[in-house]
Amino acid sequence: MMWETVIGLEIHAQLATRSKIFSGAPTAYGAEPNVQACAVDLGLPGVLPVLNAEAVRMAVKFGLAVEARIAPRCVFARKNYFYPDLPKGYQISQYERPIVIGGHVWLELQAGERLRVGITRAHLEEDAGKSVHDAYQGLTGIDLNRAGIPLLEIVSEPDMRNARQAVAYMRKIHSIVRYLGICDGNMQEGSFRCDANVSIRRAGEQALGTRTEIKNLNSFRFVEQAIDFEVERQIEVLESGGRIVQQTRHYDPDRQQTRPMRNKEEANDYRYFPDPDLLPVAVDAAFVAAVRSQLPELAEARMERLVSTFALTREQAGSLTASREVADYFEASVRAGAGNARATANWMMGELSAAMNRCEIDISQVPVSPDALAVIIARIDDGTLSASMAKQVFEAVWNGEGTPQAVIETRGLQQVTDSDAIESIVDRVIAANTDQVAQFRAGKHKVLGFLVGQVMKAAGGALDPKRVNALMREKLGA
Amino acid sequence: MHARSVLELSRALRARELSSVELTQHLLARIESMDGALNAFITVTAQQALEQARAADRRIAAGTAHPLTGIPLVHKDIFCTDGVKTSCGSRMLDNFIAPYDATVVERLQAAGMVMLGKTNMDEFAMGSSNETSYYGPVRNPWDHARVPGGSSGGSAAAVAARLSPVATCTDTGGSIRQPASLCGITGIKPTYGRVSRHGMIAFASSLDQGGVMAASAEDAALLLETMAGFDARDSTCVDRPVERYASVLEQDLKGLRIGVPRQHFGEGLAAGVEARVRDALALYESLGARLVEVQLPNTDLSIPAYYVVAPAECSSNLSRFDGVRFGYRADQPVDLDDLYRRSRSEGFGAEVRRRIMIGTYVLSAGYYDAYYLKAQKLRRLISADYSRAFADVDVIMGPTTPDVAFRFGEKGADPVTMYLCDIYTNGVNLAGLPAMSIPVGFSDALPVGLHIVGNYFEEGRLLSIAHAYQRETHWHRQVPEGYA
Repeated sequence: MMWETVIGLEIHAQLATRSKIFSGAPTAYGAEPNVQACAVDLGLPGVLPVLNAEAVRMAVKFGLAVEARIAPRCVFARKNYFYPDLPKGYQISQYERPIVIGGHVWLELQAGERLRVGITRAHLEEDAGKSVHDAYQGLTGIDLNRAGIPLLEIVSEPDMRNARQAVAYMRKIHSIVRYLGICDGNMQEGSFRCDANVSIRRAGEQALGTRTEIKNLNSFRFVEQAIDFEVERQIEVLESGGRIVQQTRHYDPDRQQTRPMRNKEEANDYRYFPDPDLLPVAVDAAFVAAVRSQLPELAEARMERLVSTFALTREQAGSLTASREVADYFEASVRAGAGNARATANWMMGELSAAMNRCEIDISQVPVSPDALAVIIARIDDGTLSASMAKQVFEAVWNGEGTPQAVIETRGLQQVTDSDAIESIVDRVIAANTDQVAQFRAGKHKVLGFLVGQVMKAAGGALDPKRVNALMREKLGA
Repeated sequence: MHARSVLELSRALRARELSSVELTQHLLARIESMDGALNAFITVTAQQALEQARAADRRIAAGTAHPLTGIPLVHKDIFCTDGVKTSCGSRMLDNFIAPYDATVVERLQAAGMVMLGKTNMDEFAMGSSNETSYYGPVRNPWDHARVPGGSSGGSAAAVAARLSPVATCTDTGGSIRQPASLCGITGIKPTYGRVSRHGMIAFASSLDQGGVMAASAEDAALLLETMAGFDARDSTCVDRPVERYASVLEQDLKGLRIGVPRQHFGEGLAAGVEARVRDALALYESLGARLVEVQLPNTDLSIPAYYVVAPAECSSNLSRFDGVRFGYRADQPVDLDDLYRRSRSEGFGAEVRRRIMIGTYVLSAGYYDAYYLKAQKLRRLISADYSRAFADVDVIMGPTTPDVAFRFGEKGADPVTMYLCDIYTNGVNLAGLPAMSIPVGFSDALPVGLHIVGNYFEEGRLLSIAHAYQRETHWHRQVPEGYA
């Protein structure tokens, strides 16, 4: 039996506003519990929500970036349910009238294949607080610092057919919100997370199968693993004659499996209705135009520009522009140096990226500045450094030993570039190794490596081996 | 001293004929001796009042006084007051000390007014008789066997008994005008959005509006202009300058067109009430106004529409009272469900529970369209009735309530008979219009109120029309026996 997988994602992106969506309390992460919750966030009697205009601006930015329609009038609604970390007994969200309607993104898959994923809608809402189950024996703590943090919930169409596509889509949205500067994208802190709706159907069938929803996936890896597991589980259930129950599931990364949380059938009736404390939000054409004029260049456009301006391959440009900060680093480095874009790209995707992985840091924490990288590349280009020397310099700068120039000087890393000097060393080696020279002349060409090595050794490595090799061959009449 | 108007008191304070401390002590003494029978207060803040009075006297002496500096007032216990219990008439909030002041409280305090205490009310403002209060019913000063009306019954009784010259109050379906009418005082509910709701505990957010009770329109005008106006902390509060109501009171009524809605003089209206209202209309005619019959054909729909919209909003607004962070919490809950169930069952009274259940029902999947959406449509029809009427007339007048104050328990069995008390007032809240009730005489020795409805933001005009009547009559100066 051939099965087709159908996946849609609901991504929650925490908007990078300084204050909360309906109150003036700060949004910074990691504060002591409940110190960033004001009367409004606590849901005290008599307090009222006041909409943060910055959150609206950010939502509009997103809508424009995915070529969606910005609703001229959107409405906040109350989603009613009881939970201890939901202070008012309702969450202010958008229901029938979201702010962003009907956009799409294109995903670049392998082998030049592209996939269009539709975005049904994106709406503004407030986050709930956090229940802390492990801090007190037999008690649950409530931390309301997160209550009222602005979220943009981005709902995709069920356009993805496997976990890889779902991850590619999530990465795409991640890149967009980071490029727009509307979300810090920090997945460990929960600033960017998703729920995955997964169903399967027999290949060729039109109707969608019963779906399950995997909640709160906060890493790309978990999205992939959870979906893969869930698809296998659903196939097993159906192939053994069972049926899929519509339910919410939780992904356990330790066991790499999904488990049911609660059945949708017995889920809450949220009794949505327009929030009478908030007026409908009118977003006029002038406001949209103003936001549009401030939109930064996004990943796709930037990739095309890097390809055409710097003659990079699409793969290189795609990899460099996936993150706005990486692309910024690249362009800054190229600008700072002599403009050897290809070498810069190779270094970033090679040494730099390897070092970042080794140290588990991201581009913002890299100790080698774009300027320093530009200097290293310039020294290779002018022949001062050999490739292996450049790697030494890079590592030394990474380890905080100083600027590239300082490292080159203190370590005396300088290739001998004077032809006469090189020639005299070669001559000395030939004279000192008559046996090997004879062997070479007798046709034992392997011995060339030894001779070149002797030259390198004599020069303390400060020579370009290719030049030595060529010169040696010439002298030996090969 | 307690029979004097706010303006008279203000003049006397500034002429140093009287100090705010003397005035405050006098009223506190009256409250002490008289409120045992009335039960108009939930909290008397004597100590704090005397401190505020002393500060007011210093401010008057320094020459930096506002006309209301040193004038005592009472707040309905629905307005949050920093450091003072704010119960909303409910067991749920019997232990709730608000950590902040409502905008209304803050503004009147900034003017130098002296808070005597917090007044009794129907629980969470749900009721028309004050019988739903956790603190027991307020008695009508005109007849202790009768209700003062509700939900702002404590404020109305306190002003009628001259325990306070003025009071704040709120009106969701008639909660200012009906008790003002039943207690023989002047009450005004402004246009929705005129007075900030910040710090006013919500019953039905799209209908709730804070207002004023006083002996006269003149006194009400000064208080209202001081507390009204834009507040960034309430998104539904309108950013529009406030008229100086007290300075526009003297208006000639010649040519004023008064709409008389046929639907407000039909079945259910007590003859004695109708007679007094007709007398008042005749007086307005004698002052140069013209009576024009108008139609409010959807009046009958206002009660059903109101009793869908208001409970729907209240069911959600009152969800925050869950026993988790503040307010009443059930003893020894066995689990979370038990905590919710018992905290809310024990903390709320019967009428509040009824409305939460109605509201939850009308918002439920499958019923939303039939009830909530339908009610919103009716609401638009009712607003349209008023708009049409205001195309032909300047104000609309009629009875505030179908009858005078009723006896305790009289309307207890069937909640709908209680709901019908607000048949003439509900529609005004659904439309968001400003309206007043002023005393226009007695029927069976109980006060009768005239309902005056204006167009949006015409509070100034309403007050001047009420003032014109009060210049010609003495009803607003009548004080119940035993309270003179």
